[in-house]
Amino acid sequence: MAIPENKLAFNGGWEYAPAPESTDHVRIDKRYGLFINGDFVAPEKGKYFDTINPASEEKLARVAEASDVDVDKAVKAARDAYRGPWSRMKPAERGKYIYRIARIIQERAREFAAIESLDGGKPIRESRDVDIPLAAAHFFYYAGWADKLDYAFPGRKARPMGVAGQIIPWNFPMLMAAWKIAPALACGNTVVLKPAETTPLTALKLAEVIADAGLPPGVVNIVTGAGKTGAAIVEHPDIDKIAFTGSTNVGKIIMRALAGTDKKYTLELGGKAANIIFADAAIDQAVEGIVNGIFFNQGHVCCAGSRLLVQESVADEVIAKLKDRMETLIVGDPLDKNTDIGAINSRMQLDKIESYLAVGKEEGGTMHQSSCRVPQKGYWCRPTIFTGVSQSNRVVQEEIFGPVLAIQTFRRFDEAITKANNTPYGLSGGVWTDKGAKIFKMTQSIRAGVVWANTFNKFDPASPFGGYKESGVGREGGLHGLDAYLKLGAVS
Amino acid sequence: MALSAVKVPARMPNLGKIPAVDEVGINERVARFQTRSIKTSSKVEALKLILSMIDLTTLEGQDTPGKVRQLCQKAMHLHDAMPGLPHVAAVCVYPTMVAIAKEALKGTDIKVASVATAFPSGMSKLSVKLDDTRMAVAAGADEIDMVISRGAFLAGDYRYVFDEIKAVKKACGEAHLKVILETGELGTLDRVRRASVLAMHAGADFIKTSTGKIQPAATMQVTLVMLQAIRDYYEETGRMVGMKPAGGISTSKLAIHYLVMLRETLGNAWMTPEWFRFGASSLANDVLMQLMKQSTGIYQSADYFSKD
Amino acid sequence: MSRIPVAKTYKIYIGGKFPRTESGRYFPLEDSKGKVIANVCRGSRKDFRNAVVAARNAQPGWAGASAYLRGQILYRIGEMLEGRREQFAAELRLQGATSRAADREVDASIDRLIYFAGWADKYQQVFSAVNPVASSHFNFSVLEPTGVVSILAPDDSGLLGLVSNIAPAIAGGNTCVALASGSKPLSAVSFAEVLHASDVPGGVVNILTGFRSELTEQFASHMDINAVVYCDGDRKTSRAVQTVAAENMKRVIRRTGTDWSGADAEHPYLIRDTQEVKTTWHPIGA
Repeated sequence: MAIPENKLAFNGGWEYAPAPESTDHVRIDKRYGLFINGDFVAPEKGKYFDTINPASEEKLARVAEASDVDVDKAVKAARDAYRGPWSRMKPAERGKYIYRIARIIQERAREFAAIESLDGGKPIRESRDVDIPLAAAHFFYYAGWADKLDYAFPGRKARPMGVAGQIIPWNFPMLMAAWKIAPALACGNTVVLKPAETTPLTALKLAEVIADAGLPPGVVNIVTGAGKTGAAIVEHPDIDKIAFTGSTNVGKIIMRALAGTDKKYTLELGGKAANIIFADAAIDQAVEGIVNGIFFNQGHVCCAGSRLLVQESVADEVIAKLKDRMETLIVGDPLDKNTDIGAINSRMQLDKIESYLAVGKEEGGTMHQSSCRVPQKGYWCRPTIFTGVSQSNRVVQEEIFGPVLAIQTFRRFDEAITKANNTPYGLSGGVWTDKGAKIFKMTQSIRAGVVWANTFNKFDPASPFGGYKESGVGREGGLHGLDAYLKLGAVS
Repeated sequence: MALSAVKVPARMPNLGKIPAVDEVGINERVARFQTRSIKTSSKVEALKLILSMIDLTTLEGQDTPGKVRQLCQKAMHLHDAMPGLPHVAAVCVYPTMVAIAKEALKGTDIKVASVATAFPSGMSKLSVKLDDTRMAVAAGADEIDMVISRGAFLAGDYRYVFDEIKAVKKACGEAHLKVILETGELGTLDRVRRASVLAMHAGADFIKTSTGKIQPAATMQVTLVMLQAIRDYYEETGRMVGMKPAGGISTSKLAIHYLVMLRETLGNAWMTPEWFRFGASSLANDVLMQLMKQSTGIYQSADYFSKD
Repeated sequence: MSRIPVAKTYKIYIGGKFPRTESGRYFPLEDSKGKVIANVCRGSRKDFRNAVVAARNAQPGWAGASAYLRGQILYRIGEMLEGRREQFAAELRLQGATSRAADREVDASIDRLIYFAGWADKYQQVFSAVNPVASSHFNFSVLEPTGVVSILAPDDSGLLGLVSNIAPAIAGGNTCVALASGSKPLSAVSFAEVLHASDVPGGVVNILTGFRSELTEQFASHMDINAVVYCDGDRKTSRAVQTVAAENMKRVIRRTGTDWSGADAEHPYLIRDTQEVKTTWHPIGA
């Protein structure tokens, strides 16, 4: 299918001057220890690693590498805190601590947003307007559940699990920390959390907030490190619950490691969501939905709408409008307030994306990228679409985790469903149509944990999120998200 | 001012083919335009462009020749203390004031736009509206801002609305026609889209949001819908149509948001007074104050800028 | 020379402003020794009428705010009250409470606000339903605020009883007009100042002081009130309230005999009391 030619001119003319976010109020230490038992302590082996800014490749700080011994210390601190003050505290008082965390994050929001963008590469506008406010909102939402758990599960008495080990990814570092810590604490558990090795800084700043909020030592412990640190957490015998967000492959490794133990787990893994546009959709808004679905956050989104299924009768129009919209997306310095698409998180991820671009072309797909300039240093990928691909193509089947959209057409409703569900993943899906009955038929038929109708990539602390099939097990957010951190016993 | 070179015969559009508009989606896109941070050189460029796009307006029952002459004076001398400023695009008045304005602006490039067709309500019969139009054109109006018959539109008589616009366009002769949809009375964005399509197919050179006489006047939301309609019409016919939001845009900050929206929806070709206007009265002084602030670094006071 | 304190004038709170009663009447509040500690507005039915207009005007905007925002504002009210603990405790002591009881009442009031702040974005999840009807329809029931609630606050609990009735009503998106305790009215007026400092939009909460004997019938009969809450009174009072309420089928919510310091006063059914249930059907099909 040939891609129609652009007729509107979006480059040149009136351009936006640089609008840099000021960082003179931002405090990043040269070196961070591990946050264990209420204090920052040196790692037992004395090993540290760098965290860099992927937009400039410059070092931001050195962070500690937690060994098995460090992880053990953290788990002990969490267990002591659990047996001690935390489980004996009145639930309403526990809630108040969590409210404090929310309020302090709000007070320090700008600093958090700047650090998130520096460390991970996402645009400051996104950290400022989405990531940090949502993170604060998660703490605020779950704080309120702490003393209300008896209402959440009819006929069941809710009790905490104990100590939770939590491992989070690099695509929404602060938000994922909030998604994990807030419900765990609200339900009365204590926590050992490992942020991703390329994005440790906001978790470490969160540790400062937790200390300032006065939480009893050991309730939350933050241990930085890479795969080995994560494995140490998963395999630690005194952890009751593992919560993991990351790739499906690692999710399976964790499931195998936990087999035969009593440990509970929830996994939030990868996806290859279908974003389905019908001819009777509000087309202009649907195009915006495509863009929100795959290009924002550089496509580093597990629930990204990375497969577009567009009804053939409107395909040309949608693709033409999409290409025009891609031309107005600004790829650049994450700290510039006008940047839409920031840096790819790491060299490794960029290599992975570029290898898929090569695969896509080898497989016979037609690749189109926007024409924007990208900076010299740093890791960048322009918004990309592939047409002339189908379900059999690897770029359509496999999760790329970058700003790369695979486009297919469909003709009939049931064909869209079949294609949408024809994947081992099942995290999310999108449907665009102006017809109400069709929306509900679609949401009924798509085998995914989150279905967005006439919108995409919307998140709220009150809304449960999680996948079917290989996209994971368990839900985060909302009332259903409490399940992950409670033992539900008989009422007695 | 050159009209679009492409001539497209007026033909009733296929109303079944008009795409739906999702209000929440529109609101989100608008919100994103408002996060653009326009600074330094691009801010100065924007402010000057905005000045050049203003239709300086007085449409009051109490207007007199004296009032109109003073407005024209302001149009020609926005702020002589600051050299190198562009002039406004046009002055917009009632038909009975056109000759006065024309005389006052003789020798300048500033256009005279006249409202017509029983502005603002449009509640009259076609012959009266056509006479109103011809009177304004005869007095020398370069541009005619007409109002559609909202009652007929809301009652579903789209043919009537179409024919009326077509007839007024004919009565304009060489003058170019802006069609005011009065979006504040249409109620939904779907209707705004539909009215835009009707107006363009009937021969509008510009589509305009509001008379400025009721609330709400222009909003970014209705403007975005209209820009998207213009875009689709251009794709379909190759003919450019201009756009004018009117009423309620009194700050530079807001006007710059509109420019961002224009740029990212229709692109560079529309970023001139030939294809985009602001219907405003107090906007000009706010822009001037912002320009002064940009060049001196000091926040300004309204006392230092003429109010005509 | 010792300093002369500046005595506070106690007004009422309507539409985000602090007017005096339009009637100009007052009643003196005396301490245990018979000394007059304040002249309290003796609110009239016109004050009530004005308050209902303010509450009705504010209701769509308040109900239209996100549940998250309402929760944040309720939390803020708690923050503001926490900052004024000493003032409120002193005022309760002035109205006859022991030191210990005053402190407990203020702490309990703050915690009660935090409690209901936490329910604002959750009660919907607990009380709503998706209904498995037999036909091919998506069928869901949600709670919606009933509208404007009039509250006759308990007489024996000047602060905690008032807070315990206002908080659940507004957490659920209603606006309200409350009549303060007759014997301990000062805390209610000071509480209005806290509301005013907490980003609560004008008209969402309106607070009157005055005589129950004059105002109960107004609170129960006004045709633009959707629900009436009352916390005191014998069977005769109950019958009177319920009878006049029937005129526009107000929801009548009787909370007499509640121990405001106990679990009785801290649960989400207090929110549900001032909610309606709306059920929507929509076909499921291509």
